[in-house]
Amino acid sequence: MKFSLQRNPLAATIGVLLLLYGFASSYYDGFFSLRIIANLFTDSSFLGVSALGMTVVILSRGIDLSVGSVMGFTTVFVAHLVMVEGLPTPVAWGLALIVGTLFGAFMGWLIVAYDLPAFLVTLAGLFFAKGMGYVVSDVSIGIRDSFYDAILDFSIQIGPGAYLGAGALSFIVFFFVVLYLLKWSRFGRYVYAVGGGEDSARLMGLPVNGVKIGVYAFNGFCSAFAGILMTLYMSSGNPLFGVGLELEVIAAVVVGGTLLSGGVGGATGTLLGVLTLALIQGIMNYDGRFLPAVRPISVGALLLVFILIQRFLVRGKEES
Amino acid sequence: MSTVSKRNWRENPLIWPTAGLALVVAFNLFFGAEFFSISIQDGHLYGNLVDILSQGARVMLLSLGMTLVIATGGVDLSVGAVMAIAGALVAALVERAGLGFFVAFPAAMAVSMLLGVFNGSLVVFARIQPIIATLILMVAGRGVAQLITTSDVIIFEDPVLEFMGQGYLLGIPFSLWLVAAIFVGMVLLIRKTAIGLLIEAVGDNENASRFSGINASQLKLIVYGVCGLLAGLAGVLEAASLSAADPIKSGELRELDAIFAVVIGGTALTGGRFLLLGSILGAILLQALTVTLYNVGVPAAVAPVPKAIVIVAVCLLQAPRFRTQISKIVGLRRGK
Repeated sequence: MKFSLQRNPLAATIGVLLLLYGFASSYYDGFFSLRIIANLFTDSSFLGVSALGMTVVILSRGIDLSVGSVMGFTTVFVAHLVMVEGLPTPVAWGLALIVGTLFGAFMGWLIVAYDLPAFLVTLAGLFFAKGMGYVVSDVSIGIRDSFYDAILDFSIQIGPGAYLGAGALSFIVFFFVVLYLLKWSRFGRYVYAVGGGEDSARLMGLPVNGVKIGVYAFNGFCSAFAGILMTLYMSSGNPLFGVGLELEVIAAVVVGGTLLSGGVGGATGTLLGVLTLALIQGIMNYDGRFLPAVRPISVGALLLVFILIQRFLVRGKEES
Repeated sequence: MSTVSKRNWRENPLIWPTAGLALVVAFNLFFGAEFFSISIQDGHLYGNLVDILSQGARVMLLSLGMTLVIATGGVDLSVGAVMAIAGALVAALVERAGLGFFVAFPAAMAVSMLLGVFNGSLVVFARIQPIIATLILMVAGRGVAQLITTSDVIIFEDPVLEFMGQGYLLGIPFSLWLVAAIFVGMVLLIRKTAIGLLIEAVGDNENASRFSGINASQLKLIVYGVCGLLAGLAGVLEAASLSAADPIKSGELRELDAIFAVVIGGTALTGGRFLLLGSILGAILLQALTVTLYNVGVPAAVAPVPKAIVIVAVCLLQAPRFRTQISKIVGLRRGK
């Protein structure tokens, strides 16, 4: 039974993805090309990295609502360090990653040490990071820097007119890192164990508290990393970036078949979920006739359908 | 609970929002005298204190509905989006469809309540966790509001709406009368009927309440419906106060304010016992904090930072484990 449960949500995601892509390819000329697929990875690089981190959190039966704000904070933090303080770009990136990781770890510590609800603590985190972004700068900071130019110039050609830039490549590398972490590392096994049942994990002698703090710290790192990718994508830092993105990140994870009740799911599903959301955006960009309002509605509808599928599958498992 | 003993005051959940308010007031006594300025112009009350109450009216409405939802062990993240939808709908019906207030307003209220019932049915029938069930409407709702206004801000003119959002009755803003009436009505309903007891029973232990014959599903649908309705009313008030409906800005992050008002007010997120008065005090505290920060010169965009710190502090003060740690430290100092 466990086999089909793990497999069916993925099958549904693949089905939706192929259906959407097949429809778009037959409807729009030139949609069926490597260039469009490469663009999907480029346009969803920060969403993807953040969703991979969120996958780990949700697998441990947690939730992190602060990711969008942390991303926004990171963009303006990095832009400020590079453009105003004049720090070398790698140093600014390193500092941003450290700040993000520590922030996640602190939230995780609050959740674990005082038994506070994760969504409440991370909601406060959302407020905090959003406000701190404005403390750093309340206006957009454009980034003009030779290091950035060098990275933006770098790309790998995978087909005629199809290039994978630094953002898309980092997303792909990140995917393999999280895949490895979840599938083959001890940390990954602990995450699944904690998400499957915290009490039994504790009874087995697993360091549950450490794992949970680690999960939020890792997600903080991912949010900061996603924020850095965002500065590459936008060539600027702005506290407004990332507002509301936490919802899309969660949607991508859920559409990718990771159960919100924890313990079931993985990185591959999330990759597919991210590509599905990116494809919706891609179709809207390509067509140009859709109102921007169609995007949140279609994401919401997709979320609803996939949650209902999950419910149905889990209930099937409980009853059998 | 029978008698109030000397030790009991610390257990009274209303102590935290009251203490918080006292702190804010004390701070203002020293640093901002204009906080207390109150004046009467053209028979209307003006001043910071009045502003706090009238600006806080929307969060108060949201927090009343949210209190009931949280008392059943749920949460509603979609209230901000429902605000946007209701405001957009009223504006579109009045300004674009040319309908009168007395058609537009009931229509917006009905839609808001249905949206709440939709949330409730996801929780009750599909048994989705409330955070996630209401997340769907939180995401999609903004889009729906944008569709209604076709992505614009609708500016409208309607005498009744203007009175609702900007008018005064007996020198006091009308929105405050509205909140007061709803609050008194809800308290009466809860005190004089068994509804309050039933809600607490469901939030305490849903299975046990079912076994004792309570229709928990129906009750939850009603509670989510009421939450949607009150969110819609708050949305209409917000649009009315500006004579404009903004599908993106309206109700932005308001769901967080509402949840925090409830938590600060002493209602546990785990469900069960709830306090409507506490939530009202919590909403006033949040607004007073915002106005104080503004007076001190903290930019509005930065205000979330101290807000988040206050919220975490209040949550910690209510957490049993933190309290034991503190009492240990205090005990050590006393040489015990």
